[in-house]
Amino acid sequence: MASGQKKKNKVKPLLLKSATGIQGLDEITKGGLPKGRPTLVAGAAGCGKTLFAMEFLVRGAEQFNEPGIFVSFEENSDELINNFSSLGFDLKTLTKQNKVILDYIYIERSEIEVTGEYDLEGLFVRLGSLIDSIGAKRIVLDTLEALFGALPNEGILRAELRRLFRWLKKKGVTAIITAEKGQGSMTRHGLEEYVSDCVIVLDHQMSEGVATRRMRIAKYRGSLHGTNEYPFLIEGDGISVLPITSLGLTHKVSNRRISSGIPKLDSMLGGKGFFRGSSILVSGTAGTGKSSMSAHFAYSVCKRGERCLYLAFEESESQIVRNMLSIGIDLAPLVKKGLLKFHTSRPTFQGLEMHLATIHSMIEEFKPQAVIIDPVTNLTSVGTSNEVKSMLTRIIDFMKMNMITAFFTNLSHQNTVEKTDIGLSSLMDTWILLRAIEINGERNRGLYVLKSRGMAHSNQIREFRLTNKGIDLVEVYMGGETVLTGTARIAQEAKESAETIVRSQELEWKQRELERKRRATEAQIELLRSQYEAEKDELNITMTHMKKKEDTITRERKTMALIRDAHIKN
Amino acid sequence: MKTTKKKSASKTTANKTVKKKETWNLRLYVAGQTSKSLTAFANLKKICEEHLAGKYQIEVVDLLKNPLLAKGDQILALPTLVRKLPTPIKKIIGDLSNTERVLVGLDIRSL
Repeated sequence: MASGQKKKNKVKPLLLKSATGIQGLDEITKGGLPKGRPTLVAGAAGCGKTLFAMEFLVRGAEQFNEPGIFVSFEENSDELINNFSSLGFDLKTLTKQNKVILDYIYIERSEIEVTGEYDLEGLFVRLGSLIDSIGAKRIVLDTLEALFGALPNEGILRAELRRLFRWLKKKGVTAIITAEKGQGSMTRHGLEEYVSDCVIVLDHQMSEGVATRRMRIAKYRGSLHGTNEYPFLIEGDGISVLPITSLGLTHKVSNRRISSGIPKLDSMLGGKGFFRGSSILVSGTAGTGKSSMSAHFAYSVCKRGERCLYLAFEESESQIVRNMLSIGIDLAPLVKKGLLKFHTSRPTFQGLEMHLATIHSMIEEFKPQAVIIDPVTNLTSVGTSNEVKSMLTRIIDFMKMNMITAFFTNLSHQNTVEKTDIGLSSLMDTWILLRAIEINGERNRGLYVLKSRGMAHSNQIREFRLTNKGIDLVEVYMGGETVLTGTARIAQEAKESAETIVRSQELEWKQRELERKRRATEAQIELLRSQYEAEKDELNITMTHMKKKEDTITRERKTMALIRDAHIKN
Repeated sequence: MKTTKKKSASKTTANKTVKKKETWNLRLYVAGQTSKSLTAFANLKKICEEHLAGKYQIEVVDLLKNPLLAKGDQILALPTLVRKLPTPIKKIIGDLSNTERVLVGLDIRSL
């Protein structure tokens, strides 16, 4: 009973949230910041606190019709307008429309002397009048800690701040209070003790010379939230947070199949190709044709009129287009049509999280049905393999959720062919291995399907040939004890076909021989039969003759007897 | 009034500066009739009578009535006393209970 009530209680009073409009953040916080409560945004200098706060305000004013007030203790209104115009925030117009008020509070320590007790009622009055003047629903105090520098007597200040946050709550405005990161604590002056409903920590980390911005929700009273450190980007249009997580494996799957771009490979994959929305890994040593396979796949995707995003970490767009032309795949018209989009960059150009962020935002923007990452291994140069794996997991999960077919290539080393560097294979649905086969001073390519979840796939090795009309898969020679490819296969095939000819000739000859024999026998039979006929006739005649002779004798005997009798009687 | 003159006369150096600036324009920001604001006003009145007799003007601004005025002088803490004239602007926060500090803050006499 009690537990049931508890459950009910849990469901009923939903914490009202105020959507930030910041890309991705509302997903992590499951709806936004706590409505009508203060939120603390803490972070070191230059990690985007002011931007975060401003975006919250501007999005609120523009998208959610919630007017807001930006109280700045650091920059004056003109500076703010100028700084944010580059991000496409038109603060000038917004202030004119009374949707946003920029207020600059400036305190000069040297001008101020303190005697006796004071309170911050002045600030309250000021904020109160600002809030009431436009009916503000949101307010930003950036950076409230400036007060600590400006006003002595910390005891009073702290008491007053506590009162301020209570007052803001009572006013029902959703507030963001920014604060500098402190040594060993979230904020320099311990503001987190006062603002305890929601604390978001921004961070700007450098690892191996690559900078990554991250965001973490340290606390969110009364609400579920993502707990990870989420990378975020400051882009041309503000902050974009990446809630790409492996929260669960709950994505829907498709039964639809798509071609790999190589008909013979499709036939190896149960005759129909890959599953839509699956992840495919093509691994192989250098020069085994991974990129060519990617190009084939891209081509087939675009030919169906779908969009394909090609992320190349090794070659430039024009280089890929040129190289693929040599195997008969013309990607240029597809690029022109806007179906194929290349994004080429060096892995070391930015941090892993930034790559992830870029990929994420490109996918959001371009909305492709397939994404190719060629090669995925190059990313290991930016992070540890664990990081790369977690990043790829997030990419794959993200793509699966969006039904995007992901095609990765993986450069493997000769001695670890059936192993991926980053342990990727478990994340993949289909794993195709390209392998160089060296026989008789020749290097040929072999293709296997190592695994392909959810479909019957061929266990055969195929020879993988790059022709000027694209990739061709040839069945390798598998007679005898070895598997032969390349010229060895051709030679073997020639030898075999010669043998076959000889054999068939022999057979023909034998057949003719048999025919001949048959005919000879038949001729003999004919001869014997005619002889028999001849003898039979002769015998018949003789027998007739003998019969006639017998008859004559009998008649003569009778006649003689008659005559003799008469003589006697007479 | 007489006593203030005597006191200021004893501090000749301070007196000179005071004499040069003719009127003292002081503005006291408060929010309603709180005990702090009343104390501050009483203290201010006393100090002015003692040190600036006849040369001062006190303007009390109640922010509850005129909240927009808080912006002009960047008033956060209350009560705040602002010395508008003579320039430069000086601000004193608190109930002005420490007379010495008020005098220093207003630059009425150097210690």
